[in-house]
Amino acid sequence: MENITNAITLVPLNHYILLSSIIFFIGIIGVLTRRNAIVIFMSIELMLNAVNLLLTAFSAYRGDAAGQVFVFFIMAVAAAEVAVGLAIIVMIYRNTNSIDIDLLDKLKN
Amino acid sequence: MTITQSLFYFLAFVAIFSSLLVVLVKNPVHSVLYLILTFFTLTGEYILLNAQFVGIVNIIVYAGAIMVLFLFVIMLLNLNVETEPQKTNLLKFVGVITGGVGLAVLTAALKSTDPSNTVVLQNADMGLVKNLGQVLFKEFLLPFEIVSILFLSAMVGAVLLARKEPKQ
Repeated sequence: MENITNAITLVPLNHYILLSSIIFFIGIIGVLTRRNAIVIFMSIELMLNAVNLLLTAFSAYRGDAAGQVFVFFIMAVAAAEVAVGLAIIVMIYRNTNSIDIDLLDKLKN
Repeated sequence: MTITQSLFYFLAFVAIFSSLLVVLVKNPVHSVLYLILTFFTLTGEYILLNAQFVGIVNIIVYAGAIMVLFLFVIMLLNLNVETEPQKTNLLKFVGVITGGVGLAVLTAALKSTDPSNTVVLQNADMGLVKNLGQVLFKEFLLPFEIVSILFLSAMVGAVLLARKEPKQ
């Protein structure tokens, strides 16, 4: 325990911010460039995890436990979102036999 | 550079590499597997921050439950590389440029700030389950209960969506 506590004092906060922003923008690029709806969902999970890492780092830096509680709530919301979203994707696949999001322009007309 | 510092940079490198592979690989099943690897490296970062509750919940909820759900749906839909839809090169280019510009702006904003201090834990056992539970059930009791309603509605919604429509 003591070793772990000493270990954190060596990494600057900026590096945590840089790491989580890189992962966040990889997630954004995934959402923008892929057409498979499930891979787009996974990219959204990447973005949520980047935010979780940032919240945890700030929480440890400030000594405030509220940030880690927020991470718990983000995980709960992400789990609910995945459950409903995957059900919607399965329904789309049943109706169109594809999960290509470019086919989903029915709201246009 | 101490061993723990190099552990942080190693985990960061693996996390960035595997999250890039999540976006780049064609096969959705491989994508899910790389995403699980990303979650495990992020759990390592949480452990380095002494946030043990968050790390364990990350493994149980994300790598355990959500990724199994993803894999199950991918197997159910029988997706593979042949059915994988591809975007045109122009759209890919535009997406990468947009993401890269955003990252550049954020990095530039980060560079213009003062060099930050290292992360010092004021309260070493803050991330333990006991402490977080006390904060969760004292200050965040109402949001915690609302989350249960959210889960209930999500469950009902998923069941309603997945139910087969009766033939008219």
